[in-house]
Amino acid sequence: MDVAVVFLPLCGAFLAGFFGRRLGDTGAQLVTCGGVGLAAVLSVFIFAEVALGGGEHTVPLLTWIQSGTLDVAWALKFDTLTAVMLLVVTGVSFMVHVYAIGYMHHDPSIPRFMSYLSLFTFFMLMLVTADNLVQLFFGWEGVGLASYLLIGFWYDRPSANAAAIKAFVVNRVGDFGFALGIFATFVLFDSVHFDTIFKAAAAHAEDHMTVFGMEGHALTIICLLLFIGAMGKSAQLGLHTWLPDAMEGPTPVSALIHAATMVTAGVFMVARMSPLFEHSETALMVVTVVGASTAFFAATIGCVQNDIKRVIAYSTCSQLGYMFFAIGVSAYQAAIFHLMTHAFFKALLFLSAGSVIHAMSGEQDMRRMGGIAGRIRVTYAMMWVGSLALAGIPFFAGYYSKDIILEAAFGAPSGVGRFAFWMGIAAAFMTAFYSWRLLFMTFHGAPRADEKVMAHVHESPAVMLVPLVLLAVGALFSGFIGYETFVGESREAFWGEAIVVQAAHDAIAAAHHVPVWVKLAPLVVGIVGIALAWLFYIRLPVLPGVVASMFNGLHRFLLNKWYFDELYDFLFVRPAFALGRSLWKGGDEAVIDGIGPDGVASASRELARRFGRLQSGYVYHYAFAMIVGVAAFVTWFMLFHLG
Amino acid sequence: MTEWPLLSLVTFLPLVGAAVILTIRGEDALVARNARNVALLTSVVTFLVSLALWVHFNPETADFQFVEKAEWLPGLGVNYHMGVDGISVLFVLLSTFLTPLCILSSERAVTVRVKEYMIAFLVLETMMVGMFCALDLVPFYVFFEGVLIPMFIIIGVWGGPRRVYAAFKFFLYTLAGSVLMLLAMLAMYATATTTDIPTLMDFAFPKTMQTWLWLAFFASFAVKVPMWPVHTWLPDAHVEAPTAGSVILAGVLLKMGAYGFLRFSVPMFPDATDYFTPFVYTLSVVAVIYTSLVALAQEDMKKLIAYSSVAHMGFVTIGIFALTPQAVEGALFQMLSHGVVSGALFLCVGVVYERMHTREIAAYGGLVHRMPVYAFVFMVFMLGAVGLPGTSGFVGEFLVLLGVFRVNAWVAAFATTGVILGAVYMLYLYRRIIFGKLEKPALQGLLDLERREVLVFAPLLALVVWMGVSPASFLNVFHASVTALIEKNQVARTAAEVLVLAGP
Repeated sequence: MDVAVVFLPLCGAFLAGFFGRRLGDTGAQLVTCGGVGLAAVLSVFIFAEVALGGGEHTVPLLTWIQSGTLDVAWALKFDTLTAVMLLVVTGVSFMVHVYAIGYMHHDPSIPRFMSYLSLFTFFMLMLVTADNLVQLFFGWEGVGLASYLLIGFWYDRPSANAAAIKAFVVNRVGDFGFALGIFATFVLFDSVHFDTIFKAAAAHAEDHMTVFGMEGHALTIICLLLFIGAMGKSAQLGLHTWLPDAMEGPTPVSALIHAATMVTAGVFMVARMSPLFEHSETALMVVTVVGASTAFFAATIGCVQNDIKRVIAYSTCSQLGYMFFAIGVSAYQAAIFHLMTHAFFKALLFLSAGSVIHAMSGEQDMRRMGGIAGRIRVTYAMMWVGSLALAGIPFFAGYYSKDIILEAAFGAPSGVGRFAFWMGIAAAFMTAFYSWRLLFMTFHGAPRADEKVMAHVHESPAVMLVPLVLLAVGALFSGFIGYETFVGESREAFWGEAIVVQAAHDAIAAAHHVPVWVKLAPLVVGIVGIALAWLFYIRLPVLPGVVASMFNGLHRFLLNKWYFDELYDFLFVRPAFALGRSLWKGGDEAVIDGIGPDGVASASRELARRFGRLQSGYVYHYAFAMIVGVAAFVTWFMLFHLG
Repeated sequence: MTEWPLLSLVTFLPLVGAAVILTIRGEDALVARNARNVALLTSVVTFLVSLALWVHFNPETADFQFVEKAEWLPGLGVNYHMGVDGISVLFVLLSTFLTPLCILSSERAVTVRVKEYMIAFLVLETMMVGMFCALDLVPFYVFFEGVLIPMFIIIGVWGGPRRVYAAFKFFLYTLAGSVLMLLAMLAMYATATTTDIPTLMDFAFPKTMQTWLWLAFFASFAVKVPMWPVHTWLPDAHVEAPTAGSVILAGVLLKMGAYGFLRFSVPMFPDATDYFTPFVYTLSVVAVIYTSLVALAQEDMKKLIAYSSVAHMGFVTIGIFALTPQAVEGALFQMLSHGVVSGALFLCVGVVYERMHTREIAAYGGLVHRMPVYAFVFMVFMLGAVGLPGTSGFVGEFLVLLGVFRVNAWVAAFATTGVILGAVYMLYLYRRIIFGKLEKPALQGLLDLERREVLVFAPLLALVVWMGVSPASFLNVFHASVTALIEKNQVARTAAEVLVLAGP
């Protein structure tokens, strides 16, 4: 069962990928959905056994890399953290697989798509079941590969290809830090195995190591390096630029990879490493600040985007920021709780957006939508559920998970907790605003699409709607159900050893004793945000234009996403290509070859020509040379041997 | 253990095949076909025989195995001495593994002077295998230099339009280095009065002499690796060489330099190795970053992969001189992996070159529409080159970087940037060739891989995945020898320090 849950999706991917033509579209859909569906069922059992029954265990599979004292095995680790992730990953993945049957039915390469989806699921499962850092890295890079393949799924589009490469490369930049973090871990602990390093963490808590010529607190160095990796994968400030572009991929991909699962891998990884992070105040502080800043920054951009998917993408970015600052204040459980609820409602939002795009014949620009609420009622309702959950309206999933994060940030003993709290409140306000801006622009008002598109607007088939409804159930109830076990009184029994929090850091305990206004603040700003969106887009539709022209500079700044892409293009992309060209033409061809082989060749040719000229054939030339030679010899002899 | 002289058998079997091919007479087409078949058969048999080496190899010991020793020039004390240890045995297999694939892949690429081509390849195989087995300076030098001759001919005769320039550049570069190595070998003989490599490994050369010897050997090996800045022969040689020539060049010939470092520089000149390590680090890090950037700007597929080879070999030299178990084993693994992956990538280029007769990247685009199987194969090797975990490329790079981080974190950090750049140039290459719309009219009629090509790629594919998922079966072979190498180096260095302290 333990092995099957991970490898069933791989089998599905393999069959659909290599025998897709023989299986046909339906066959490919059947094997992939079957594989992932079965894995989803199995993970429910595993969850019951491991998380509820306390049966943590590890299944060793195979030796992987063995060299010197380094010993890395393929092994599957099952503890509560893994079990929760298994549920989320297989559950959402199954929904997306089923949804994709409907969404992609026009596409000519269905088996390839289904195969990639299942392959992604496999890598993600390897990631969450890893029992050492290197296997985690395997899953980590693997989901990156799947993401690359799926973003570039429509490989005829140059923009999709560019986005795919961008996603892979930006992630590689993060992996740079991750890899160095693994190396540093190995230097400090002489192991990369989770159980070993977690046990030894306390003993090394005060150790110092010298890296890059500077001596520093060893665990801080390790944690910061690992966090760089997490920033790449989870699209945090600075390394976030790939995520909005990743929306070039088909919408089911955006829902699965770029909302519910892969992008949360960074959060998972840091939560997994909680025994190390707990020993480094500095690292936790950095995580808090980065997370809080991202939550704020991404929300500002989300408020002005016009592409329906990009709005949701920035929203994801912002929500990941919440998860990170929760971790930063040591509320790991709250972060994972939010990860789970977010997986449901964000997948719901994306898939609903997909349903809208499907209905609008592929249109993604909200400026050319509007007035379709009555035409696609189910989708419309689903979008409401997702938005309510995202905005944290009471009794929806997001309410529980987001509020506990904000309360923990407020109550945390850490100094930067308050900063995170206020950033979070600001982001919550903007979240509500852009969510309803999206709802109103998409569904309400007069239709702005042309007649042909409008005539074609239709509700999606049942195969797409059923997953939506199921996810909506999750978005409605997962917060309410999970609250007590994940972050309530029974949390310690539930998480067991999977998450370690030092007693002095326990922000969740503090979260339950914050003032009432802190508990109410997120709700209030949420409602104000919704009201503002209503004012802007329903009551006075001229207002957005007026405000935009009033704050033209700010609007442009946000619309252009804080100019990160332009900055990176200027700083890295262009110089790299220019440098490459000049090193090639200047360095290799002009200098090295010029002085080296070509230079030597032409020099010896020149030399030969000159020596050739010496052989003139005239006796007096030769005689003269002889006299000069004899004179030189006599002089030398007299100077050095007679004196 | 067997009583057969296995190493000599593996080394000289190809020559037997070459001799048989020499006797083939008749019509051109018939001669060509027979020559191909004989060459293929010989190389396959050689490979099968060489498998016995792996089966019977005992990974528990660092000693040389399958040793054969016969007097050759008794007056000078020169012996025909062959043997392999954990460092060399897999390179013998790499050579015998790649040769049949090269011969198989040349079916359409080489149509003139087929007989001579096949002979050249078999002679080349003998030289390569002999080089990895030789345990005496004289046979080693003969094999080491002997490799040049068939390669020079392969590039110069069956190469592209600028083949003569490339062949000469290749020859002069490598020969210039070798001359210095020969001088060093003479000096070693004069001091130690033996040419026996295992004996020389235990001989303590005086410290100043080590410096000069190290430099002389370095000159030869650095060109072979190739290290920056003596790498410029490689892109030209690759571009002009026929596909199979490139495969062997990247797959095996580049490994000779690194092998030389491990066989000579590190064990015989430990003090000098210690002294020059920062120098090697610097050149390697420059190689990794510099050539990755240059690869980014290339417009010729083969040149791009050639430059990426230089970058990948940079990891190898870093690993060798870091001298930690992970780094050295990583370097060895990277050498094997690079042999397979870059060989396969050159074959991938060859596939489209045979169809379109151009290597210009801009001439392609959208091949996935016509050649899905090819796109898949190319993708796997591209990912291997990028070093994706689960492929062979990851294990080597990872171990090297892990090993060197402990010794020098800066080197690890700089080299890791090469991993980022590697992803950029490979993905960019792949995108330009495979993805996009199939718009160019010339490409409309392209055919996907035929059965023979699939046969060539299948073993390479399997190996890339096998080495990536279960590298332990290869790393096991290295352990004992690498441990011994590192220990020997450390003992020698501490001994030298003791001498210095005890001295006046």
